[in-house]
Amino acid sequence: MTGGGARVAAVPRPRTAGWLTAAAFVVLLVWSYRGTQIDLGALVGGEAMRQIGGYLAKLFPPDLSAPTLRAAGVGAVETFAISFVGSLLAVLIAFPLALATDRSLLYRGVLYEGRPPAGARRAVRVGVYAGAKAVLNVLRTIPEIVWALLFVFMVGLGPFPGVLALGFHTGGVLGKLFGEVLEDVDPRPLEALQSTGASRLRILLYGVLPQAMPQFVAYALYRWEVNIRAAAIMGLVGAGGLGQRIHFAISLFLERELLTLILAIYVIVTLVDALSAYLRSKLV
Amino acid sequence: MYRLERVRKTFPDAAALDGLTLTVHRGEHVAVIGPSGAGKTTLFRILNLALRPTAGRLLFEGRDVGGLSDAALRRARTRIGTIYQQQHLVGRLRVVHNVLAGNLGRWSTLRALTSLISPRDVDAAAAALAQVGIPDKLHARTDELSGGQQQRVAIARVLVQDPDVILADEPVSSVDPSLAVTLVSLLRDLSAESRKTLLVNLHSVDLALNFFPRVVGIRDGRVRFDLRPQAITPALLEELYAGHADEERQLAQLKDGYDPFGRACRPLFDLGA
Amino acid sequence: MGGFDSPPMRWSAFPYLLAAAFALTLAASVRVANVDPRLLVDPESLGNVARFVRGMWPPKLAPDFLQLMVRPAIETVQISVVGTAIAIVIGFPLGLLASSSLMWRGVLHEQRVQRRRWLVGLPGYAVARAVLSVLRAIPEYVWAFVFVRAVGLGPFPGVLAIGVAYGGMLGKVYSEILEHVDPRPLETLHASGATRTGVILYGLVPQALPTFVSYTLYRWECAIRASAILGFVGAGGLGQQIELSMRMFQFDEVLTLLMMLFVLVAAVDVVSARIRARLL
Repeated sequence: MTGGGARVAAVPRPRTAGWLTAAAFVVLLVWSYRGTQIDLGALVGGEAMRQIGGYLAKLFPPDLSAPTLRAAGVGAVETFAISFVGSLLAVLIAFPLALATDRSLLYRGVLYEGRPPAGARRAVRVGVYAGAKAVLNVLRTIPEIVWALLFVFMVGLGPFPGVLALGFHTGGVLGKLFGEVLEDVDPRPLEALQSTGASRLRILLYGVLPQAMPQFVAYALYRWEVNIRAAAIMGLVGAGGLGQRIHFAISLFLERELLTLILAIYVIVTLVDALSAYLRSKLV
Repeated sequence: MYRLERVRKTFPDAAALDGLTLTVHRGEHVAVIGPSGAGKTTLFRILNLALRPTAGRLLFEGRDVGGLSDAALRRARTRIGTIYQQQHLVGRLRVVHNVLAGNLGRWSTLRALTSLISPRDVDAAAAALAQVGIPDKLHARTDELSGGQQQRVAIARVLVQDPDVILADEPVSSVDPSLAVTLVSLLRDLSAESRKTLLVNLHSVDLALNFFPRVVGIRDGRVRFDLRPQAITPALLEELYAGHADEERQLAQLKDGYDPFGRACRPLFDLGA
Repeated sequence: MGGFDSPPMRWSAFPYLLAAAFALTLAASVRVANVDPRLLVDPESLGNVARFVRGMWPPKLAPDFLQLMVRPAIETVQISVVGTAIAIVIGFPLGLLASSSLMWRGVLHEQRVQRRRWLVGLPGYAVARAVLSVLRAIPEYVWAFVFVRAVGLGPFPGVLAIGVAYGGMLGKVYSEILEHVDPRPLETLHASGATRTGVILYGLVPQALPTFVSYTLYRWECAIRASAILGFVGAGGLGQQIELSMRMFQFDEVLTLLMMLFVLVAAVDVVSARIRARLL
């Protein structure tokens, strides 16, 4: 976001390729607009707008009766708990997998210039690297809501499958991000530590992790912000939290209660965003 | 201590060392000079066992390094302390941890881990920092120190490591000249006190000739001369640096004060000792 | 700490408080979330997983099924495109309004009539920020749920949900980009007598445009993932099919759909990454 000034010179002059890309996007947009069968005219002035307006009007005023507030509060706490434990589980999954994808700890780079592993040893380590990458890809590709369905199927309804779902999907995302951080670690301090006779585990502790940790924390907090939003919808498939109550409220046409629950989501999400920003400023 | 026999080291794009032969005895103080690209840094990385020669033999304490097991290699490394040009410390760690990292070859992993939480052997680290003149920086964040202070931290780490050999690869090329003199004399005095072998790769010919009883000139991956400073003539130096504009300019400045019968060079700085 | 002849470390309570708060939160959250690792090794759970995995392989590749799924896959892409377009339409004006440098602070306002600055600029800025924060904090799934109720099933609620939720995110990031633009060219334009609209068009937007486009493309990558999932609440696309197959225990279909989703997401990532690499 910085360096806006430096980019002044980089503002692309209208080139053919640029115009072609833009034209392609316009075509894509028109095609998509037709495909989704939306009538923006109807939205702006007509029937759809009236429908949305009518529905929104039914939401007000929010239901602030004690039982609804209690339900919203309990749901918010549960959502928070799912996001918190889920994010932590994700870190626990991501950390070892990210280390297993760090080739400079396994078989190449400054720590192996003196004695590159050969033969079967190298094959095993390349295998560890490739295997960990593949696991991370699978974890990441499957969306959290699909994981949630799977875990509901496995361990039953409730917040626990939500925790597992967030942990698995986010574990894959964080594993990839952590791996990128590890690739960017400055190798020179590692060489210096190796020259004291330190083993690779101790080089990891004194050289790699101190460099990588601030970024790890920043990414984990960032994913926590994503996860509080995701946790709020886990309940749609039966995995606990505010989502489950929202599902009921919508199905049973309890619109005013729905608004209270949405407000609860707003509060808990804003709270976690602020908490995460505060921790980031203190820790990173 | 060290014996290199016709050591070659080739990289994919170039040959860095081309049949280099050199012997260093225990307790010696040796300066290595030569134009940039001569292979000095490669030589130092072979000496500290980070690189393996492509051909030729390296004997450390009479044992061929090529035949050592991984564990023996690590044990050998604990006896060799290295000081780098710059930025080989972990900036985000506090100074105390960077200094105590000198212990990593001896400490168990558990001890290394607990020390990161609550530093062990703090007294040794404090003593080492006092020796290098920055006792008050023990708990500072390393990246908050100046370049010269960071170099002192690197020296303190080597003191904690307490090796038999200290290798310093251009330790003063990124600090100002008066600080360079201070740091090189600090290295020399600390090594002399504890009878350590000292090899320093220097960009500054002046420092090499003034502080070291033995100076090795390297060019194109080979030893060009290996002499006492008194025996090194301007002609030898010119030949060593021929074609390297920067270093030739340095020599031109140096020649004004050259005195073949006294000290090799007029000291550029008054050391007061 | 202490006990040696060196400067004592500055003692700070922060790490201890943080660790204590963390431990307490974790303990409470584990209880609230009913975390029970035993369930994971429970024979019944494992049996369920085994059934699931066995059911998944081989993926269903029957031509008539694939043919049937082409439409939802295309729909997923289309929802993401139109949704992102609506997000730009919502996010751009709100982003302008939410930039303090445009509304009430900085070089453009040195000479302004004070009253207008405080009575028009600041309130407009505050309202835009508040709207963006609401749009952003409510997850796109919840928006989709509400819109499904309001306008019925199909791609339309999906488009609206992405447009509204991502409009909030784009607006916030646009305003951050605008606030970090180099102010010097703006001052020059301002000094040369340009109107504020002129300064925005000739000074601000050209500087911010590459970053705008880059971030918007990144959001499009996210939108395709989201549009695939919004189907779970009835908003069209692949998600609706995944949900259906899941509910009917047709796990071989689920695997096929997941693979299709993977290909779509990867394709959009590649396109977007290539355009972004050329922009920046």
